[in-house]
This record gives sequence, structure tokens and C-alpha cells, in this order.
Amino acid sequence: MKRRDPLQAPRPVMLALLGIAVAYVGIMLLLPLAAVFVEALANGWEAAEAAIVEPDALAAIRLTLLVAAISVPCNLIFGISSAWLIAKHDFRGKEFLLTLIDLPFSVSPVVAGLIYVLLYGAHGWLGPLLDRYDIHIIFATPGIIMATIFVTFPFVTRELVPLMIAQGRAEEEAALSLGANGWQTFTRVTLPNIRWGLLYGVLLTNARAMGEFGAVSVVSGHIRGETNTMPLHVEVLYNEYNFVAAFAVAALLALLALVTLTLKTYLEWRHHDALAASGH
Amino acid sequence: MTITIDNIARRFGQYAALDGVSLDLPEGEFVALLGPSGSGKTTLLRIIAGLEYAEQGTISFGGEDVTDMPVQNRGIGFVFQQYALFRHMTVAKNIAFGLDVLPRRARPPKAEIAARIDELLELVQLPGLGGRYPSQLSGGQRQRVALARALARNPRILLLDEPFGALDAKVRRELRKALRQIHDRLGITSIFVTHDREEAFALADRVAILNLGKIEQFATPAEIERAPANEFVREFVRDEIDDKPSLAVVHG
Repeated sequence: MKRRDPLQAPRPVMLALLGIAVAYVGIMLLLPLAAVFVEALANGWEAAEAAIVEPDALAAIRLTLLVAAISVPCNLIFGISSAWLIAKHDFRGKEFLLTLIDLPFSVSPVVAGLIYVLLYGAHGWLGPLLDRYDIHIIFATPGIIMATIFVTFPFVTRELVPLMIAQGRAEEEAALSLGANGWQTFTRVTLPNIRWGLLYGVLLTNARAMGEFGAVSVVSGHIRGETNTMPLHVEVLYNEYNFVAAFAVAALLALLALVTLTLKTYLEWRHHDALAASGH
Repeated sequence: MTITIDNIARRFGQYAALDGVSLDLPEGEFVALLGPSGSGKTTLLRIIAGLEYAEQGTISFGGEDVTDMPVQNRGIGFVFQQYALFRHMTVAKNIAFGLDVLPRRARPPKAEIAARIDELLELVQLPGLGGRYPSQLSGGQRQRVALARALARNPRILLLDEPFGALDAKVRRELRKALRQIHDRLGITSIFVTHDREEAFALADRVAILNLGKIEQFATPAEIERAPANEFVREFVRDEIDDKPSLAVVHG
């Protein structure tokens, strides 16, 4: 009789678990994803293409990319600084800061949007003041960007803090003892050590920034061709029973997510040696 | 470079890690800071390095007061207990780090740095391993790399924090011998921290025995064995000989 690895589950159990996993992933993830593309191409390639190159759709795509292009770097810089502060320093109120950073995870995105309306809306706390200087935040691009930053706020920090705590301060101390100044220590030791965590954080932030619906929906005002992001545009089209167009834009949005995912896999494959060597 | 430690004190909260410590080291001496866990020996080493501050007292190197000098400018080489090698850099890059971060004016040309890396790898008996990553080395090899890296800028002073703590007995003995040889060859004033009496006595010219943030005795191993300064030293030195195994467990 063939001997079995004592740490492996018996074969029937393995097969059953594998079956459940495949079915689960298939039903919950792959099937809907496939459905999006099938529905998008239901009336052929031309119909789908027409739905995407139509001016309002193009405006939505541009706005989505703009929002991501601004909110991702903002949260990247904030995420690195806050994680560095939390993981490598001792100060009073550290736990409180960490809880605060988690706030966007526990607050419903709709509430987040409403807070911004309450603050910057025409009848909000700061709205009249901003209005006097002709600054428009709500029902305009700045509000959408701010709402997006709010909901994507914790991703980079959350990704980096455990990593940086696990890595400790020893390498930074070594760099300092070897004559490196603070900036050299940060760019040559701290940053390279967290680059993979950083990449995941950025990809998560980016995916959420492009896909965010709730918070953005509240502050956007749904002005076609102006304040509609891709997810909002999909909703508008769907509510107008324009299913092919709705699914075409949705498919493009899914495609953007798949591109980031592929990019991540490619980078992992490309730097596989360095990853293994650095113990990730 | 001589080292003068004058009345150094440091508290962590209510707990006095160092309570008025003074030591004088002549040029080229090899000194061990020996003591049980919590005796303040590592804190003292880190204060000498500039990785920790002293609330009271002064540190001088060669007569120059360095108490308020940042660690970067002290001209020390520091070897960490857990090596603290840069995990994303090759061995060669690790060793070259101290030279790579020099301002452009002071930085040696590339060929010179490469030659220095080879020279240092030779010195720590790891020739040809420059292309490896730290994770591809054994513990003993990593500690040799850490030593080479600390020596790259020709430090005035070499400080080692439990340099053999994480290694097995055989590698420990080998590395101990290598370290003593390197010290004798380069002649730089060196201080290492250990909780292992045997290691301190085998390696150091003089041993400073610390307990509860104070120096109990600072003398050559022979003197300490012949005339322990007080009851603690007598007990500490004898304990280490008598029940080494149980102590080894206590100190992990």
C-alpha cells in the first residue's frame, strides 16, 4: 500500500474540499464575470464598442481614471507616512490613530458621502463660504475625489503596518550606523523592504477607487457627461433598460481590474527571485 | 581610538537601565560587557554607538566629546545580534552600503569599492559570495557579512551586540576565533556584549561585569577569577561554570 503524507488530509476529503472551492469560486466569481462579458457582447462587438465610445461614456471613463490618478497617489503618500509613523515609532495615541485610519472600513460609504454633502454642500457647514469664492465641491469632481480618498484611505496603511512591524527597526539602525542619513535610510532600506506590500496596497486602492459606487453616488449628483464615473454610468444605463451599453461599460471596468491583476502577477513572476530571496 | 564613558545613566520609565556607569578603554583594546539579562549591557553599547541617548553623563572618543553627535558621524561599526543585513540587497551591496551612501565627493570610485568588497570578503573568509542574498546564507555566514559591512568604512570603533548569540556552539567557536584575529590585525578598539562568561573570558582583553545598571568589576579575566570584586561577581562567575546548562536555558 502506498504510504500517505501524515500532514495531508485523506484523499476523499481533499477532493471534496477542492470540489467545494471550485464550485464556490465558479458560482460567486467566475460566472458573474463571464456573464458581464457575454451580456456586453449580446448584440455583437459593434454595439458594445458604440456604447463605450459614446461621449457620455468617454466622459465617465476619463473621470474615473482622473479620480484614480489623483486619489491613489494621495493615499499612497499618506499611507507610507502613517505606516512608517505607526510601525517604527512609539508615541501616545498610536492605537487611536490606527483606529481612526480604519474608520472608512467601518463606516458605510453612503454615510461617508453624506458627511461630505453635510460639510461642503450648498447648505452645509462650509458650503456657503466656498460658494462665495466660487469653489464647488459637491456635485463636482473635487467632491468625487474626496469621497474616493475617504473610502480608499486605509488600504495602503493597513497593508504596510503589519509588514513594517514584522521587519522591525534593525535594518534602519544598521543603515544609520553605516553613515546613511534619514532620507537615504528611507529610500534605500525602508522603501525597498516594503515595495511588495506597497504594490498590493496601491492595487487594492486603485481597484476600489475605480469601482467605488456608494460614496461617489451621493456626492456626484449624476450629471451625465460631467460627474458620472463609470460605476454611476453603468447604473444610469441599467436604469434606462439599456442593458447592452450598461454591460459594455461594466465589462470595460472589469477589464481595467483584470489588467491591474495581470500586472501584479507579471511583476511577481518577473521578480520571483528577488521575492524569494527577500523572504516574502 | 580611546573610549571614555563617564557617569552614564539611562532610565526606562521607573526602571534604571544604567545607573552611573564609567569606563576607560585604551586604544586597540578588546573589551567584553558581561552581565545577566536586564543588566544594561546592550543599552550601554547602544549609547556608545549613538543608537540610544543617555540622560546623564558623557561619551568621548579619543578625547572628543561625542555625546550629542549623531550615530552617522561617530565613525563606529556596529554588528547586530540578528545580523540586520539588508534583505533586498546582495552580500556585495550590503558590504558596500556604507561607501555607497557617502556624499559624491567622498565616495570612492566604483572599481575601488569593488576591490574593497573583495578585500573584506577575503578578511571574513567568504570569498566569492558577493552575489548571494542574505537569505541564501547560513547564520554564521550572515554574521561574517555583517562584520564585513561594519568594517567597510574603516570605523574607529567596532561595537558588537551579542554577535554570536544566535549561532550554534561550533560556529560560535569558529567565529570567535575569526573575530579575535580580525581585531588583532586591524587593531581597532572593540566592545562586545555577551551574557556568556566563557565567551567573554576567552575573547576579551578586559571584561566589564554589569549588574542592575552598574559596573561590578572591570578587569582582565585572570584578575576577575583570582580576585572577584564582590559577592555578585563571585556568584556570577562561579554559576556560569557550575550550572552552565540551566543558565543557558534561562538566557535563551
